[in-house]
Formats: sequence, structure tokens, C-alpha cells
Amino acid sequence: MAATSSSAVSALGSAATFVPQRQLSGLTSAGVSGQKVVSTTSFVKRQFSGLRGAAFPGQKVVSTPLFVKSNSRTTMTLAAGVSKFEAVTMAPPDPILGVSEAFRADTSDAKLNLGVGAYRTEELQPLVLNVVKKAEKKMLESGENKEYLPIEGLAAFNKATAELLLGADSPAIKEGRVATVQGLSGTGSLRLGAAFIQRYFPGAKVLISSPTWGNHKNIFNDAGVPWSEYRYFEPKTVGLDFEGMMADIKDAPSGSFILLHGCAHNPTGIDPTPEQWEKIADLIEEKGHMAFFDVAYQGFASGSLDQDADSVRLFVKRGLEILVAQSYSKNLGLYAERIGAINAVVHSSDVAVRVKSQLKRLARPMYSNPPVHGAKIVANVVGDAALFDEWRAEMEMMAGRIKTVRQRLYDDLSTKDKSGKDWSFVLKQIGMFSFTGLNRAQSDNMSDKWHVYMTKDGRISLAGLSLAKCSYLADAIIDSYYNVQ
Amino acid sequence: MKSVHHRRIASLARHFRMEEGGSIAFSPTSATASSFAHVKQAPEDAILGVTVAYNKDPSPVKVNLGVGAYRTEEGKPLVLNVVRKAEEQLLADRARNKEYLGITGIPQFNKLSAELILGRDSPAIAQGRVITAQCLSGTGSLRVGGEFLATHYSGPKVIYVPSPTWGNHLKIFPLAGLETRTYRYYNPKTRGLDYEGMIEDLRAAPNGAVVLLHACAHNPTGVDLTQEEWEGLRKVIRNDKQQLPFFDSAYQGFASGSLDTDAFAVRRFVNDGGETFIAQSYAKNMGLYGERVGALSIVVRDPSVAARVESQLKLVIRPMYSSPPTYGAAIVSTILSNPALYDEWKVELKAMADRIISMRHQLFDALKARKTPGDWTHILNQIGMFTFTGLNKQQVEYMTKEYHIYMTMDGRISMAGLSSRTVPQLADAIHSAVVKFSS
Repeated sequence: MAATSSSAVSALGSAATFVPQRQLSGLTSAGVSGQKVVSTTSFVKRQFSGLRGAAFPGQKVVSTPLFVKSNSRTTMTLAAGVSKFEAVTMAPPDPILGVSEAFRADTSDAKLNLGVGAYRTEELQPLVLNVVKKAEKKMLESGENKEYLPIEGLAAFNKATAELLLGADSPAIKEGRVATVQGLSGTGSLRLGAAFIQRYFPGAKVLISSPTWGNHKNIFNDAGVPWSEYRYFEPKTVGLDFEGMMADIKDAPSGSFILLHGCAHNPTGIDPTPEQWEKIADLIEEKGHMAFFDVAYQGFASGSLDQDADSVRLFVKRGLEILVAQSYSKNLGLYAERIGAINAVVHSSDVAVRVKSQLKRLARPMYSNPPVHGAKIVANVVGDAALFDEWRAEMEMMAGRIKTVRQRLYDDLSTKDKSGKDWSFVLKQIGMFSFTGLNRAQSDNMSDKWHVYMTKDGRISLAGLSLAKCSYLADAIIDSYYNVQ
Repeated sequence: MKSVHHRRIASLARHFRMEEGGSIAFSPTSATASSFAHVKQAPEDAILGVTVAYNKDPSPVKVNLGVGAYRTEEGKPLVLNVVRKAEEQLLADRARNKEYLGITGIPQFNKLSAELILGRDSPAIAQGRVITAQCLSGTGSLRVGGEFLATHYSGPKVIYVPSPTWGNHLKIFPLAGLETRTYRYYNPKTRGLDYEGMIEDLRAAPNGAVVLLHACAHNPTGVDLTQEEWEGLRKVIRNDKQQLPFFDSAYQGFASGSLDTDAFAVRRFVNDGGETFIAQSYAKNMGLYGERVGALSIVVRDPSVAARVESQLKLVIRPMYSSPPTYGAAIVSTILSNPALYDEWKVELKAMADRIISMRHQLFDALKARKTPGDWTHILNQIGMFTFTGLNKQQVEYMTKEYHIYMTMDGRISMAGLSSRTVPQLADAIHSAVVKFSS
């Protein structure tokens, strides 16, 4: 794979667009910091040929697939005893989830898991929120049934999630202009949104930030939506490359979708300022693009649910149509329950009804209807004033612990590093993650030598860090940064 | 009551918003066309839409025989006792948390699910040739399996499904990337299996094609193969055509009341050493409908292939929903791993299957008593949750309108939704429809 500099990416223009392809072994990009990946693979959408048409009596061709994702030959192995999957190659472990696997396999006492963005207490234990335990107890006591939810999910959850996102007094909600469908956490909601774009905006491109959460590109690839990157992270300042971002959004063909992180950008922790958000909204409106927000950390960035929704609410207040994927994995600690939502805020209630009906039509052949348990937990917490207040407090506690840990890590790094390097980006970055600026080799050193597990793009999850471990981590980072190239 | 003028002014005022500083801005909601204007209203899902229509009906005597969800004799949804026990156990377990599962879900759940369908002593499991991934019930397992095949199968990317089949099959596989064709299955004249037609169509299909098979309790017809017919089919698929069977097992235990009996076909195929895909659902047999619990098992020829297949399966799942939901699978795992709960489950499962069989007899007797024209023995012969009545669309619409009977347009009724109280009403409706619109 060729690595190109950031300036070359924009010069490539449409050549840097990724044709949707099934992510296959050896071709996944870990999105290493500073490296722009331009895929040179030749996997393209392949029209399935040779077996179209009802060739045989009594058979009815029901339908051909929208597109065939494949790199395999159509010749078959007729020899008996050979697996039809013999040619399948071993895929590499997921860059993020694979970190936890590696961590589990490590037997060292010093090991530290800063890989996946899952909150840990100061004792580095997973946390089930008190409000969640209370809600589950209530649910079991009330003896509710386990009937199928409608395809669009639990109505009480959908109402609560839209209000949380847009504000309970949102005119858009009052006017019926918000289509909300319960989805399988952030990933599942993004996938529904992507599938919707593929079907209703064929050929439209999605722009994703460079870098971004590693799974974004996989989602758009599998949904068959072309994508390209907009500049985002500037390694020199360890900050936002705002000019690059705006230039790339400007260059995109009108009617593109711009994937924006609502707050607490993953993996960099760098968010636009309110003024910058205004300008981004201006440009998106001017170019006739559509914002597609990924909101996975509402409440985790600042500690305030409302403040963290400001970017989304700005766009809605402007009257812009947007897509928003939400997740309750982190802010309610419901990771494994897979609870989230895909929202479309549109211009009229008629349109909202139609859009919702088509989102349902995409969900039905994927999983029929979403799981009920997590949805009921959210509905119960948000629907009960006392529980909601308690949740806010637990939310602030989690966000507060991360801020405290940031401060300690910064202090330790500044004290231990005599070179005078500016580590203040640790304090400025927002949310669960810190983008350390460590490259792949340095990240490998972190795990190989120090048993500190992180993703290879240099991202560490501060949610997995305790005050007690800050000093050790600072040593590891300093060693990796200076002694490994 | 506001005058027309008031309403007009109020409407205009909504289109203008006062910005800070007093300037007026247009709300684009009035001025700009929506980017989604071209999106049309989708029709309601044929099956789930029945429940939507049922819910809208204010009639106190309405009966929902649409979706295949078990109802008690009192017409109520049922949560199994073992499920409640398992839930209490899970809630009380202080060691439990909600951390992300791995991409393929709970390992113990996967192991127990494979054992449930293949048998604890399955040679394929012992030989390390079975990969199992927890997925979102039957639908999710079928979709993930379909997408995996569309990418990695070295045979033709085409799947043959029976005619008729569960409506969602016809949506899942094309979206997964497989060309979808049908093979003859149901013979309307006999209201039974068109065995010759099925064999002929599969012989004519390409070598190596994927063939979808309902493991038991065929949906919507309730018409299943006999053991001899399964064996005949197996020989054609394995020996003559090297086709890949993909079993949809949504009713294990519900068809006959016995988990092992209902797994006969799947086990027969897997035990011949050939490769097999299996989608399992716990929606019906454990009553876990809304929890979305299921599993995809892939049986390969060679253990060395298994690890590679599993790794690529993860790449299908990760961009779809990352990892599956924990709660329902934890319930299943708790029950299957505890001998006392397992036994209790089998008893509750048999009770559900038996009640359905008794409904079959009651409906048959009621039609006989009314001397309803036609041969209704298929109600007794068909297996599982559903009866393919043979009623046509016109008759069904009439039954809905006049008798508030809700069912799918293909004439399928869910016996699980019937009770002794509602059988007479259904019998009246069928009788009336058949007499009024003789086909």
C-alpha cells in the first residue's frame, strides 16, 4: 500500500476515492498516524454473470443482488473431499478489538489495557452504572414479556433518544420531522444510515476524517458506499487541521455526506471549537452536502449531555437536514447490549414518515427487529426523573475521572520528560481517548516492552487508565517516543 | 376557534424565526426542498404488518394469527419459567458486567448451541470442524452466513430457496449478495410436498449451488420431508450435485416436541462429513423473541479451514453491528449449561408443542362439525407453528374484514395464536369465506 502525504491526498482528488470492497485479509488499514492509505487493491464491484435468468423450468429467479461483493473465482473445486473454503485466508485480528485479545493473552502483572474505549474504575474494573442495575431490577420485577419489538424498535426508547439528542423542546421533534429507528449501537446505526445512502443516494460519497474510528471505512465498504478522507489531524500542532478540513469538504462533489464526530473525536480527542462548527455548517450548507453525525460520547466529552449535543443542535437549528447515529455503549455503559439509534432530521413530517419506513425496510433483512433489553433500560432510566438525575451524576463522575487522569498523566509526562516537549495536548484533547502521536513501531514497543496495550495508530483509552498507573504509563510513553523510531 | 387569517399568520410566523438582534431568517423547512423528497413510503412488512393492522383494530374479538409468536390458552404471550429463573440468576450474579462481547459472541453459548443442533457427541464438533458465531436470531444468522458466502464461497453465488418460503428469505439473500432462485416444494393440489419437483429442480440447478432447507416445521406450509425423503434429498445434494446445504432451524423442539427428533435432518447431513451452514434461532423454542438470540454454525471439511473461516466471519460481522447483544445469549447459556434448567426447558417446550397440536385437532374438529366444504386433513398433517390453510387472498381479506381474523395473505395461520376460545370464531370465519368465495 502506498503512503502519501496529506497534501498529495487532496491533489489526488477523486482518485483517492475508495471503491467499496469487502475488507479482506492483509488489506485492512490500521490508520497509522501520519500515514495516508491509498488502496491499490483491484477489488471492484463484480457483476455476477453466467447464471442470470430462469434457465430451468419450474425455477423462478427471485432477484439478483444489488451488487456482488467478491474476489473469488467462480470455478469450483469438483474434487471430493476438498473444502469449498480452502482458499479462505486468515484475516488479521480487528485493530481495536484484537488489542483486548492480545491483552488477555499477556501474563505479565504490569499489563495495562488502553485499547478499546470501555470505561474502567480507578480499580480498573468494568462498571455497570447504578441506574442500570436499578432499571434491570425494575424490569424483572414488572415481569414484562419478550415479544418482538417492531422493526423500528421500542417506541419509548426512540422518543427518549431523539429528545436526549435534540433537546426535549426541540421544534424538529414537535413538528414530527425526526425519523428515529433503534439500531445496534453505533455500528448498527451507522450501517443502517450507510445502507440508506447506498440505496437512496446512489453514487454519493461519504467523507470521513483522517484519522477516524477504524470501523467507519469497513461499514461504508460493506454497505457499498464510496468514501474518501478529509484532512483532520495535524501532527505538527497535535491539533485540528481546520483549513485542510474545510478545503477538502469544499472540494467534495456537491451532495456528499460528511461524517462528523458530534463530540470527543475518536481517535484524536480533538474537537472543532463552536466558531469552527459554525463555519463547518456554513460550508456544508453552501455546498449542498449533508452532515452525518456519529454521536458515541454524548455526556462523556464535557460531562454534560446537553453541551455535548451542541454541534448537532446547531445544524438542526439552522434548518439543515442531517443523519445522526447514536450509541449508549459508553455513556450508559451498555456496551454489550448494543443499543443506539439512527436518526434523520428532515424538512417535513411527511418526509420523516417515508424515510423511517425505508430505514425499516433495510433493517428487516439484516436482523428483523432490534434487541429489547438495552432499549428498555434506556427508556426506564430516561423516563424516570430520579433515575435520569442519578444518571447525569454518574455521567459526570465518569467524565470527571477521565479529566483527573489526564491531568495526572500530563503532570507525570512533563516532570519526567526533561527535553521540554510540550505534552499539553493530553489536557486539550477531549473525551475517552488521547492521540499520543506514537507511531506503529513505538506503539508496538509499548506492548512488547511495557505490556501497555493500545491501538497501533497511537491512540490510548484514558478510560482504562488509573491514577496509580499514570507514572508507569508516562515512563512507557517517554521510552517509546524517544528510544524507538 | 381561530379564524382563517389567524391560522395563516401563525403559519407564516412559523416560517420566520426571530434571530438574536431582531433579524428574520427563513426556516429552510418551508423554503428548501428536502434532500429526501424522492424517498417513497415503503409498504408495511407483509408479516409484521399484520400485527400493525391488528393493533389498529378496535374490535374486542380480534384474533392475531399473523406472526409466529406463541400464545397461551389465555391468548397471552409467554415467558418460560426457566427463562425467568435464568434472568434472576443473572441479575444476582455480582461478577457479571456489560463489557463488549467478542465479535462472535459468548463462547459457551456458541458451544452449547452447536451441541444442541448437532448433538453433544457430534463427530464434527469433536474434530474441530464446526465454527459457531452468536448472531441476531435466525435473521441475523442467515444474513451473516449469506454475506460470508457471497464473499468467500468458491462455488456459484446462488442460493435456492423452497417455493414458498418465509418471505424474509427473499430479502435477506439478495441483499447479502447471493442470486436467489426457487425450487419447487409445496404442491397445492395435495397440500403436501412436491418431492419429485424438488429433486428435479435441484438436479437441474448448478453443481455447488447453495440450497436453503428448513430443518423442520417448514414455514409457511408446515409440510416437512419424511426421513426417507430427507435421505433421498441428501444423496442428490451431496453425491450428485455437491451442493451446499444451508439449514434454517427456527423451530427445533417445536415441531415434534423433541429436540433430537427435530434435528434429524441437520444431523444426517452433517454426519456424512459434508460442509453445511446452519442458522439457529431461540426466538420460538425459548420464547426469547425480542432478545434476538441465535447462532450461525459453519461445518467445514477440514479443521485447518475452520480457524480461517472464523477469522473472515468476524470481518463480516464487525461492519454490521460489531458484536452481538449479550442478554438473551446469557439466558440461553445459563439454561443449557444447567441440567435441571435444561430438563425444565424441555418440559415447557413440549407443553407448547403439545398445545399447538391440540389446537390443530380442535380446529379440524370444528370445521368437520360445520361441514365446511373441502378436505381439511392438512391441518392435522402439517407440522409446527403454522398451517397453510389453502385460503386465497380474497378469502383472507374477507375473514379479516368480517371476523377480525388477522393472518398473512398467503393463507398462513399461526396455530400458536389460537385458543379453545377463539377456535370457534376462526372456524366460523373459514367456513363463511369458503362458502362465499369457493375457489
